[in-house]
Amino acid sequence: MKTGLTLAAALLLTAGTVAAQDVRVGIASEPYPPFASPDAAGNWVGWEVDIIGAVCAAAALNCIVTPVAWDGIIPSLTSGQIDAIMASMSITAARMETISFSDKYYNTPTVIVGALGVEMDATPEGLAGKIIGVQVSTVHQAYVDAYFGPTAAEVRLYQTQDEANQDLVAGRIDAIQADSIALDAFLATAEGAACCEVKGTVADDLVILGSGVGVGLRKEDTALLASFNAGIAAILADGTYDAITARYFASSIYGG
Amino acid sequence: METLSLLALEPPGWGANLLRGLVNSIQIALGAFALGLLIGTAGAYGKLYGGRVTRDLLAIYTTVVRAVPELILILILYFAVTDAVNQVLLSFGYPRIQISGVVAGIAVLGVVQGAYATEVLRGAIMAVPSGQIEAARSMGMPPLMLARRITLPAMLAFAMPGMANLWLIATKDTALLAVVGFAELTLETRQAAATTKAFFTFYMAAGVLYLIVTLTSGLLFGRIERWARRGEPALRRAG
Amino acid sequence: MSEPGLTASAPARAGGRLPAWLPPHRIVLALIGLSLVWWCAGTLRWGWLPDYGWLIVAGIWRTIWLVVVTTLLGFALAVPLGLAQAVGPWYLALPARVFCTVIRGTPLLLQVWLLYFGLGSLFPSIPWIRDSDLWPLLRQAWPYAVLALTLSYAGYEGEVMRGAFKSVPRGQLEAAQAMGMPRLTILSRIWLPQAVMQVLPTLGGETVLQLKATPLVATITVVEIYAVASRVRQDTLIVYEPLLLLAVVYLALAGVIVLGFRWLEGRVPVRGV
Repeated sequence: MKTGLTLAAALLLTAGTVAAQDVRVGIASEPYPPFASPDAAGNWVGWEVDIIGAVCAAAALNCIVTPVAWDGIIPSLTSGQIDAIMASMSITAARMETISFSDKYYNTPTVIVGALGVEMDATPEGLAGKIIGVQVSTVHQAYVDAYFGPTAAEVRLYQTQDEANQDLVAGRIDAIQADSIALDAFLATAEGAACCEVKGTVADDLVILGSGVGVGLRKEDTALLASFNAGIAAILADGTYDAITARYFASSIYGG
Repeated sequence: METLSLLALEPPGWGANLLRGLVNSIQIALGAFALGLLIGTAGAYGKLYGGRVTRDLLAIYTTVVRAVPELILILILYFAVTDAVNQVLLSFGYPRIQISGVVAGIAVLGVVQGAYATEVLRGAIMAVPSGQIEAARSMGMPPLMLARRITLPAMLAFAMPGMANLWLIATKDTALLAVVGFAELTLETRQAAATTKAFFTFYMAAGVLYLIVTLTSGLLFGRIERWARRGEPALRRAG
Repeated sequence: MSEPGLTASAPARAGGRLPAWLPPHRIVLALIGLSLVWWCAGTLRWGWLPDYGWLIVAGIWRTIWLVVVTTLLGFALAVPLGLAQAVGPWYLALPARVFCTVIRGTPLLLQVWLLYFGLGSLFPSIPWIRDSDLWPLLRQAWPYAVLALTLSYAGYEGEVMRGAFKSVPRGQLEAAQAMGMPRLTILSRIWLPQAVMQVLPTLGGETVLQLKATPLVATITVVEIYAVASRVRQDTLIVYEPLLLLAVVYLALAGVIVLGFRWLEGRVPVRGV
């Protein structure tokens, strides 16, 4: 009976563990269309999911897409739950103190979206007295706190971008700031189109907004970093990147 | 009706996702409940028959778990346990292991349940008439046989309401794992609601599913309690 | 029946006795605990505390405010719920029972999200709501948090009060009725106080559970202490220290609640003394 118990305990602990050469790539468990969102069958689909597949194939890694809560994704990386983050995470100096990043794989501007007909633009004066919603733990939260915080009426932090969008539709907040592509996807929906429009692009800030989106890795995983960089370079060179982008967007989102 | 089509079992309905999440929730709840009972039995015996230091340490354990919100305990245990396990493995030269979500969830919720179970089982064991235990001891019954044949069967009836409550707490606490990103019912509901924008529909559907689980559990535990109390004289006599 | 293993009082020492609750092994444990706290304070990173000081204080105040307001409102709602179930006619008892069952059978997180996001998703289909006077209130997150926590507390306490009302000796109520006391006076002078006195320990436990339920409202943008700690964790990427601070804060608040209820229980008159 004792051996049975120990065996059961060992099996239980290793249930779900993976072999050493597999790479667990963490994505946010909150939907972020069109980059990554679950479909009705429970599979994750989107531009970013396809890019993960392509990069891993090019780098000869066996990647397992692992949804993790967004606001715990960096601690999950540093504690070993996942081995890489590919969740539209911007490369910023603040984050680089804790983790390292690969080369960027896309870079898009940041916009403010507000209700139709309401006068506002993407400046501190334009957003004075407004209630702004952002997703927690993003570069947009840091940006809004730094630039619009002093003049805005209130800054509300949401766990997911979808919830911020929903509150904008419901009228609880006046404006949201997020990536232009994600918000374009929101404005393409029936509710988004009926309620809101893009008010403007925010002034760039390389320190806060970062220099594009890259793969997040632990600082000591230099070999894995090299593999991911090689994979990204490969898909950019051989046209896979453009082929995937063409499926979702009208033009390239690689950015400058 | 659009609502029903959203909940359909076949894609593009999200019903299958929700049911998958429900199965995960019940899995984690069962595991946590069982682990909690194990820890609780050990804790109850420790508190009743252990030395002074054991009792104080167990008191600290139960107090901390009952005073600190489960959400924070889940976060601390989730990151700390995996971190600690990986640090130990790395220091011995082994590669990192990734503990699966289900196992981590069961471990974390089991520790939380263990504290509550300690109190429930302690109260139930104390309610067993001491005369029976003393008689068995005076007959020379070894402690394990005493526990198995006398204490545990007798205290089952007293422990039933508390354990039914613990099971309900376990099922509802699995919802908190959604905030940590485990794919159980509440997270699947949130994802479905966020993708389809039908927030009201999906949250109501999830509520109905949880209600079905709790009501069924209530009936089940009622049955078990009646079985545990078999042979006891009725509390209310005629007239 | 005495608790097995209970030791005698502390050994005598030269010049006086140690208090009964402080035997030597507890002094050792307390010293170990203090050195643990000292080590935590020294080696772990606490540099972020001054930067977020005011936010932390505001968060703690918001948590206390939420617990107090929802407990009081929830209890006020629980009394009629319990009364309806204990002695009410079926058309009052049944809805009360259904309400309590639904609240106790579904997770609080789901209830919070249903009230905030579920109701919020209905707003666009009611255009006139934006011009109504309630709109500034409906835009905020805290009314929904208060509503969800109040309904939750009322659901659980309604069950507790049902048992409490039933357990007050009927003779007292019948005597008061026979004396011609109006029903509301019976309730306020005899029934309710005795019912409450009986379940005071349970209410204390449930209030601690209410305290532990408050972090859930951080998911609907209410900034209480858990949200503040989350904010610190996101900004600084420090994992454990803010969580430890949270644990200490909640331990302290739970301690205050428990002590408060113990004091209340001490004020309950005991027959014959």
